[in-house]
Amino acid sequence: MPRPLNDIVSEPRQRMFHKVVVANRGAAAARVIRALRKLRIRSVAVYSDADRNAPYLAEADESFALGPAPARASYLNQDALLEIVRAARADAVHPGYGFLSENAGFARRLAESGLCFIGPSARWIDEMGHKTHARALMEARGLPVGRGSGVLPADSAGIVAAARTIGFPVLVKPAAGGGGIGMLPAENEGELIKAAERARSLAQRGFANDQIYLERLLVRPRHIEFQVVADRHGGVRALFERDCSIQRRHQKVIEEAPAPGLVRAEADALGERIAATLGELGYDNIGTVEMLRGADGEYQFMEMNTRLQVEHGVTEAITGVDIVALQIRAAAGERLTECLPERVEIHGHAVEARVYAEDPERFLPSPGPLTVYRPPVAEGIRVETGYAEGGIVTPYYDPMIAKVIAWGRTRPEAIDRLSASLREFAISGVKTNIPALLKVLHADSFQAGDVHTGVLGAIMAPPTAAMAK
Amino acid sequence: MARLEIKSEVNGIIWKIEAAPGSRVSEGDTLVIIESMKMEIAVSSPVSGTVGEILVTEEQPVAQGQAVAVVET
Repeated sequence: MPRPLNDIVSEPRQRMFHKVVVANRGAAAARVIRALRKLRIRSVAVYSDADRNAPYLAEADESFALGPAPARASYLNQDALLEIVRAARADAVHPGYGFLSENAGFARRLAESGLCFIGPSARWIDEMGHKTHARALMEARGLPVGRGSGVLPADSAGIVAAARTIGFPVLVKPAAGGGGIGMLPAENEGELIKAAERARSLAQRGFANDQIYLERLLVRPRHIEFQVVADRHGGVRALFERDCSIQRRHQKVIEEAPAPGLVRAEADALGERIAATLGELGYDNIGTVEMLRGADGEYQFMEMNTRLQVEHGVTEAITGVDIVALQIRAAAGERLTECLPERVEIHGHAVEARVYAEDPERFLPSPGPLTVYRPPVAEGIRVETGYAEGGIVTPYYDPMIAKVIAWGRTRPEAIDRLSASLREFAISGVKTNIPALLKVLHADSFQAGDVHTGVLGAIMAPPTAAMAK
Repeated sequence: MARLEIKSEVNGIIWKIEAAPGSRVSEGDTLVIIESMKMEIAVSSPVSGTVGEILVTEEQPVAQGQAVAVVET
């Protein structure tokens, strides 16, 4: 059995926050509320009209209505959130992941009101949120960064020239983007111009910023990301890596820790180097550095996420560290040395599957009522969800309804447990991607640890729809 | 003249209307774009013809199987 979470994270010395508003919904909100409860901090949940019956609201000490269902009227509505923070007399906000978690403007507004944004300082959200700035920053510090362009000019000739310098195929990406939105590959100049135009429109719509840039498109890379956590006193620790190569439409579907098939000493050396770099820069809360690893074993920096990651649970499962509690304590000013033991070690292996309300073959969204919803309960299995039977999965938010995290002494044991639990997960009323998840978990290539970002596409039918915010 | 009802494949919200009543469309042209769970799904005309009617307005919720437009051939 994995050790209970937070076994090795010592008790907080003081009660640092009085009350925290959780500015999120679903599994993220449920997870943060649980961490606050453990730290004996009062929690305030917020909900849109679509989420008024969400099961986690009852777990919070207080809950406030935020507004209509569309995210811009509710979970992205800074004015409404600030009003709730004041009304509840809270002293901090935890943004979860997604929504306002990487919004520097929101972090600044909180800071200006004397409130704490539980995340890094706004300047780090800005620095890392702009992808070409982040690449330049890391390159200057000597981290490996692949070939790419700066922000592209408006004219086609300039865009083509930038791509020629890098060499086809290229990937067009929003400079202020994230979540796989607006990322489009181009094999040649004709595709490039179309992709650039479309990426610009998706970027403007998704991120209110139409800047785009190019990266060299690696063939069959692995997505390997390094978890770091930093305090407000210059302390930074590396908490190993995760492999998140199993993706559809550039969004993660299955994640695991540690990454299979790596030489441990090499992965740890890179993790330490990343932590040291962030320490020199003065980074000051949780973060994840995403790298691509080519077939030749070379790493290149892709981007840094300045927030809690959806897939933090696999790292928790192999280290016993409660990452959310650690993040909250570090944001409150505690030192990592007070929260973590000198050595954190890897125990066993963990694999997570994201259960989406979507058609398992065409990956089309499938919102609807959860007429049956019975998450699995088994040894080594943890389920994170914001839904309960009788709830409704609406079209307003992302399609994730649950994360199933399996821990095992070995990778095969973790995979077996995950597979058994997904088969037991009873869901009716919406279609889910569980059949697709099982196909991947049972595929020889996955079981052999032969993972790369093309695995899911090779196992399943190609995706048909484009991404939007 | 045949009237063909074009239906949504998903539950979602109408994000954008891309074709005006009376306009000519070719097979594959986008009529409306539906947003659902952070994805945009284009509803396109399966035939060439004239847009007879757009049956929805922007920001309106639609159900799977609901007609969103009529194309006349």
